Formats: sequence, C-alpha cells, structure tokens
Amino acid sequence: MKVKDRLNPPERPPEERIKDFNEVNLGFTEEMAIEEAKRCLQCPKPFCIEGCPVEVNIKGFIKQIAEGNFLEALKIIKKTDAIPAITGRVCPQEVQCEGACVLNKMGKPINIGKLERFVADWARERGLEEKPTVPEWNGKKVAVVGSGPASITCAADLAKLGYKVVMYEALHEPGGVLVYGIPEFRLPKKIVKHELDYLRQLGVEIKTNVIIGKSISLHELVEEYDAVFLGTGAGTPNFLKIPGVNLNGVYSANEFLTRINLMRAYEFPNYDTPVIKGKICGVIGGGNTAMDAARSALRLGFEKVYILYRRTRNEMTARAEEIEHAKEEGVEFMFLVSPVRFIGDEKGNLKAIELIRNELGEPDSSGRRRPVPIPGSEFTLDLDVAIIAIGQRPNKVLRQGVPELQVNRWGCLLVDERMRTTMPKVFAGGDAIRGEATVILAMGDGRKAAKSIHEYLSKGESWPDEIEAINKG
Amino acid sequence: MKDKGFRIIRMETLAPRIKLMEVEAPLIARKAKAGQFVVLRLHEKGERIPLTIHEAFPEKGTITIVFQEVGKTTFELGTYKEGDTIMDIVGPLGNPTEIKKYGRVIIASGGVGSPIGYAVAKAMKEAGNYVLIISGYRSKEYVILEDKLRSVCDEIIIATDDGSYGRKGFVTHVLEEVLHKDPNWDLVFTVGPPIMMKLVCEITKHHNIKTIVSLNPIMVDGTGMCGACRVTVGGEVKFACVDGPDFDGHQVDFDELMRRLNAYKEYEKLALEKFAKERGLKI
Repeated sequence: MKVKDRLNPPERPPEERIKDFNEVNLGFTEEMAIEEAKRCLQCPKPFCIEGCPVEVNIKGFIKQIAEGNFLEALKIIKKTDAIPAITGRVCPQEVQCEGACVLNKMGKPINIGKLERFVADWARERGLEEKPTVPEWNGKKVAVVGSGPASITCAADLAKLGYKVVMYEALHEPGGVLVYGIPEFRLPKKIVKHELDYLRQLGVEIKTNVIIGKSISLHELVEEYDAVFLGTGAGTPNFLKIPGVNLNGVYSANEFLTRINLMRAYEFPNYDTPVIKGKICGVIGGGNTAMDAARSALRLGFEKVYILYRRTRNEMTARAEEIEHAKEEGVEFMFLVSPVRFIGDEKGNLKAIELIRNELGEPDSSGRRRPVPIPGSEFTLDLDVAIIAIGQRPNKVLRQGVPELQVNRWGCLLVDERMRTTMPKVFAGGDAIRGEATVILAMGDGRKAAKSIHEYLSKGESWPDEIEAINKG
Repeated sequence: MKDKGFRIIRMETLAPRIKLMEVEAPLIARKAKAGQFVVLRLHEKGERIPLTIHEAFPEKGTITIVFQEVGKTTFELGTYKEGDTIMDIVGPLGNPTEIKKYGRVIIASGGVGSPIGYAVAKAMKEAGNYVLIISGYRSKEYVILEDKLRSVCDEIIIATDDGSYGRKGFVTHVLEEVLHKDPNWDLVFTVGPPIMMKLVCEITKHHNIKTIVSLNPIMVDGTGMCGACRVTVGGEVKFACVDGPDFDGHQVDFDELMRRLNAYKEYEKLALEKFAKERGLKI
C-alpha cells in the first residue's frame, strides 16, 4: 500500500522568524486540513486515542474534518479537551497520539496536533464557537487557585455544572505557565486570553494579584468555599549547586522567560523590564523550557546560542518540533556536557562557563542512560548570559502554615485517584501534584478534579481520614 | 481588582525625592505584618518592583509605603497624585520579621530604611522589648518620620552624615559607641543601604549580638518563581522573596548582594534618561 506523505502547515522561514516573537507555524488551510485528514485510515482499533492522556476521540474528529465538518470536529474534541487551540500547539504529540498512530511505523503519522489546532483556530477566527450557556447557580462555591491549564479546565467544568467559581492568580495576568512560560512564537497570548474570556463568559470570576498563602490563607479559603482546587503548578526553579551560580547574567529559565513573555523585556525600554543582552548565550537543559529559552535568546539578538545538555539528542525531553525549530533557527547543540562552574569578572558579571564532557552509562531511574563525567575533560566556553533550565518544583508559599497539606519528597501535593489532598475539601492537580509535566496532563487532572468535586459536593460525601496517595514517589 | 486598580489616597513629600504614599489595598492591609513587602506594577508597560510596607490600616483598608525616587519606576510613581491608581499591587509578601520578646533591641536604620525600622520597632516595643532606635540620614533635610519613630521606642539617636542634625556621623559610628559603652543588647535589627547593613553586621558580630537584616534585592514576581532575588546566606542560595527578606545578618554575603543590585545599572540608567526626557524632568 502506498501511503501519502504527511502534510505539515507552512512555517515562516527561520531567518525571518528569529527577528520577532510571532508564531512560527502558520496552521493548515481548509484544503490542507481535509487532505491530511483523508490520510487517516480510520482504524477499527484506534491506538491514537489510547495514546492521548485525555482520550480525545481522534478518529472521530478527523473523520469530520475529512468530510469538511469542522465545527462538528471541534465539538467532538471539546468533549474531552477544553483547550484544543492550546494542546494542539504544545502537546508532545510524537510520544502520544501521533506516536501511537499506525502510520507512524512508516514515519508518516497523521498530523493530529496540527489538525486539532486547525479546527480550534478555524472556529475561533470565525467566531463560530458555541456560546456557553451559563446554568443556574446550584448554590455552591468553589475556589480555584492558580490560573494555568489545570485550573482553567477545572473552573470551566465546574462552572458548566452550575458552581460559582472564583479563580485566584498571584501574578497580574492570568494563564499561569501559558503566559509566563511558553513564548508567543509557540503559543500566541491572544489564544490564552480567548480561553480566559470563555471562562469569564461561563461566569468564572478571575482575581489577579491575590496570592493564596499570603493575601488570603488556605484555611480562609476552605472556610469560605465549599471546595478548593489547587492548580498552583511547579513554579519554583531548580538551580545548579555549582560555584558562580549567583553571578549577574545567570538566570533561571523561569526568570528569563518571565521577563520576556510576561513583562515583554524584548520591548525594553518601551516596556520597563530589562533583560541582560549580549553576544553569546548558553542554555543548560534539554526540555521544552530549554528550547523556549534558547529560541527567545536568538530573538533578543544573541549572535550565538548554545544548548548545553548532559546527555544526547535521544534523551532530550523537548518536543521534536521544538528541537527541529531550534536547529533551523541556528541554535547550536552541545551534547554530553555538564556545567562545573560559572566564571565571572570582578564586578560579578558572568564571563564563561566551565564544562566537563560526559559519556553515557547505565540507565537511571528515568530509564534514560546516565551521563558519567570523563575526568580531565573540562573546558571553558565564553558566555554573556547563562540560562538554567533543569526543571522546576511546586512553590512552597501555599503550604506555609498548613502542615496538614502533605507532600512527597519533591514537594508535590499528595492526592488520591480522585484528586483529593490530605486536607478536607481541598483537591489538587497539574504540576502541583506531578512536578514539571505537560499541559494536557494538567488539563486531564483539572477535569478529573472537577468531576470529583461535583461528586463530593452533590453526594455530601465525608472526607477520608487517610488518602491512598497516587503520587508518593 | 485589576480593572479598578489600587487608588492612592495620599501622596506626601517627606524629604527631597522621598515620598510617602497611602494606597487602598484592603486584602494586603488585613494581613500585613512588620517587615513584609508588596510588589507593584504601575501600568501595562510597567516593571514589577518590591517595596516594603511602612504601615497597614486594616480598618481603613490601606497601606503606606515610603519610597525614594531612584529609578524610572520610583520616579514615575512620584508623579502620581492622590486619586491616581496603580494597576497592580500584590502582597503582603515575604516572611514577617520575627517579633518576640528578646529583651533589649536596637533598630539600626538608614535613610528610607527608617520607615521599615519604624514598623519593626513598633512591633518589638509592643512585644515588650526595650527599644533603641539609631536612625541615620544624609543631612537634616533628609530626616524623616522623626516624631513617629520617637513614639515607638524607649530611646532614639538620630545621626546625619554631615552633622546638620542630631549626632554627626554614620549609623555605624553611633552603633559602635553604643555597644562600646554597653554591649548588653539581645538583638540588632538593621535595614537600609546594603553597605550600611554590611558594616552593622561586622560590628555586631564582633560584639556577638544576634542581628537580623532586611534585604532588598532585585525581584520580579516576588513569589518564589524566578530567583532574581537569590542571595547567599551561610553558603546556601536563598530566595529573599520567600525565604526572607529577613536573614541572619552574620551569614549574608553582602558583597554578592551589592554586585547583584548593580546587574541592570546600564539598563536602569537608559530607562530613567528616556523617562526624564519624555516628561521634561530634571533628574
């Protein structure tokens, strides 16, 4: 059987796109989307659906696209994925739906992510999405803490069930990691705004500049609301414990990206927030955040941007598309190197990094081969800015003064399979229980928590004395 | 909340380029304790900057902040008047200063540190401590909040660098004299320019007196998300926003703190010059 080639939407050429922060991939046209959807074999046993963490009816929505019924396709997706314009852009499809697609065996999986994005964009741009119907208030109030993907999904589902939902965000803008973390060129902010507007139309009240644990305590929330959902994410960056880590010019990816995405430092001095610029930038890490930081650095005008990763291409956790895009744009990948120390001048400004070369040893607990340093292989690399993108963990502010809210050894809130925490009336999901994971998993958690909150409040269940935690670690 | 912004109900000039602002922020006023701060953003294009709370009035739903016009944002804030609104204010952030009965406490503050010194002195006094305030300023015209400071302590020594008011000399000179005469103090709390805090800590270390410092590094979110405010304390990296802003002064790497405060010097200069030009201000 001859299988047609996979279609990918047009992308802006690298030399053009690195001059600005606008989106790279331009999305399918109607014709292209139909053509790509027609490649789908409509398998009797669709592995793609099993490959999706929230089991979107992929086979079903693709069939509708193939027939030109885009709105119908969107309806099918929205049954399980509240934010397809976002997940279509940021899910690691190659290890989920597309990885499971039968055609992947030939290296030609259906472009599920871009099709999902297409229907969501198509309906949004034409104003054809279903207007939400706000049900009558059922008399119960739920607080949702944080405003990222887990919270957005949880809030939307609860609002549709008739709950009064109040969402609390510590920053000045809602959206969580979708606005401070993921750059504009990968996820335009207007899409996140659109989803938040949808929440508001559902009657969700979004309160920015309120930090739970400081402005209002968690105990006060529990007192005031019938239930509380914690979708507070994993916002605390890990730093390398090596000399020179506090030199000027050494950033956490979170700080670097927050300055750029949330504070628009790339428009300094028209916007007030600066970010240190220079010629050479090194990004330490191999995940999506590292790619985002590296590509943002290019757009800021760095002449040379390195990804410094301790393992090899095969062990990188970033989406394949991000790695490809980074390469196309001129990011240089240096594999099998680990930082030893940062070197600065007398003013405390970063000048260079000392690295040591690694070889791969036996697999570690993550199943990936462990990097082993080669003695004597140290060398230095000149850098003006270094960005540490080696992972994040949940923020501890929320938990201060709340010992009953238990966590595992990584600081993730313990929950049972119904997303119940160790504190009565309090549910949690997303990166707050997982550490750094994905948007789609956070969304799935938010959905599960909403269902569980509804069960809890409609059946008047009592809280278990002890929960069977699913994330003890 | 964001739609409305936070309304300024009082803007007073205390000294050249030093202003006191009272702003409506009921949630923050309800919770604020001595030593805590807020992060504010003036408008859509603004940066987020931390400012320490001077006083909180829960019934009125307001807080006061004393700030010095040093950079673009503080100069711009200085142009705001009663009735104007600040787009975003979040807080109270950071851990409150640890208030308890220590016994005899010295509050050593410098310049715009004294409004924070006031808050801590007041709480320390209420907790039953004997409180001596040593407050230093550049010269007579920079002396601020003197009556208020006097009202929350048992003793006060005001010093000016040029001797135009009170004792002549730095806070550190006065502190040295005080400790030389009588080293029996249980705690020193110090807040002000980093170099002053560093020297205060050197003196108190010599006298073996526990010293709390209130640090003022650069911050972005102020909630533990970015690490802009990291400081080395006892050889460990801490985030001043969530682990501080108070630390054991004898453990703090002040030289690093001062270098980090200079990280954006050129950018700050550029932003301020641009602002001054646009507004026709002399800076």
